[in-house]
Amino acid sequence: MSITRRQILILLPAAALSWKYLLAGAPELAPNYTQSEHWWGMLIDIPKCIGCGNCVRACKAENNVPDGYFRTWVERYHVDDFHIETPTVDSPDGAIDGFPGSKEQGGKNFFVPKLCNHCVDSPCTQVCPVGATFDSKDGVVLIDEKYCLGCRYCIQACPYGCRFLHPEKKTAEKCTLCYHRITKGFTTACAENCPTGARQLADLKNPSDPIHEYLKTHSVQVLKPHLATGAKVYYSGLDGSVR
Amino acid sequence: MAKLKDSEHLLRLAAVFLVIFLSFLFIRTHFVPKSFGLYGHYRADALKEITARPMAFAGHQACAECHDDVVKTKAVGKHAVVNCEACHGALQKHVEDPASVIPQLPDTGVLCARCHEANLAKPKAFPQLSTKDHSGGEKCKTCHQPHSPLLQPGGRK
Repeated sequence: MSITRRQILILLPAAALSWKYLLAGAPELAPNYTQSEHWWGMLIDIPKCIGCGNCVRACKAENNVPDGYFRTWVERYHVDDFHIETPTVDSPDGAIDGFPGSKEQGGKNFFVPKLCNHCVDSPCTQVCPVGATFDSKDGVVLIDEKYCLGCRYCIQACPYGCRFLHPEKKTAEKCTLCYHRITKGFTTACAENCPTGARQLADLKNPSDPIHEYLKTHSVQVLKPHLATGAKVYYSGLDGSVR
Repeated sequence: MAKLKDSEHLLRLAAVFLVIFLSFLFIRTHFVPKSFGLYGHYRADALKEITARPMAFAGHQACAECHDDVVKTKAVGKHAVVNCEACHGALQKHVEDPASVIPQLPDTGVLCARCHEANLAKPKAFPQLSTKDHSGGEKCKTCHQPHSPLLQPGGRK
């Protein structure tokens, strides 16, 4: 079969047009949302946390978290002057009703909100035998609940204890960083409901996000940095006793 | 013909392998979801399913569209940074159908204490008190306007 000059002239613009669609890759998840333009994380300002438990209640309302299980929770630390390596930690019912008054006097007392760290090299994703847990291209660790076997490997693998087995669905569950909200331009339910602004959603690929200025001017730390999980929940004012 | 007879067992073995390989291909195409592996070692459709989950909290911008007056009062008060749903609860349903879904007013006796009840672990600069000593069980709303809680001269504004 031979091709004429006329056919080439017709085919070239057609190929040029289709090239755009080839480069565009997979279709968008939500209108005006492109995965590759975002890289999600969270900033937690510990000196601002008042332990009210609003984030825990908001998370439960937004994500139908079953009773007694938590996608986010708040811990209260009491660090004695002479035992800085062995703090006393409590979190009554995940702090869903806040905290009762502190009994222990002296030392250091503070709250630490916790959630999935959305690690870049997440141990939970690495151990999943079926590909039910995965890292999305915008830096969120998610669970495909239709594909999850409920084998619990990921629950054991998470060094931060952020996962649980849903008592009815029998699939692994954890914080999704409110993926259904952030892909529509909203903030997470916990950040929306934090009365002091201690929790802030951060888009590290967005140059106008205040996170960049914050990271440049403040001392921040992630939990268990020695595990090299690439955690993306940044804590400001984090005490060395926090595990 | 004799040569072929000798190699017959090899052909049989090859046939067995072929059957196994074909059944593997058949099972693979029928049981692996279509979108599996599109972005990585997972089902790409899961992303769409997670994105499609319903929202419970509408976000403060939705509140401001109708309740502009409250937002203005709040903006000049001490509760400027507190978003509406932090106290009033998840109200996406109210945003979708404002006429029939009427939100309940929160009980200030319980709500305010959650943040302002004294606790050693709270930041020192955060306003906190013992509600029992401060009001003796009286609702906070009696004296304070929650949207702008500082007391005005002459009592509640």
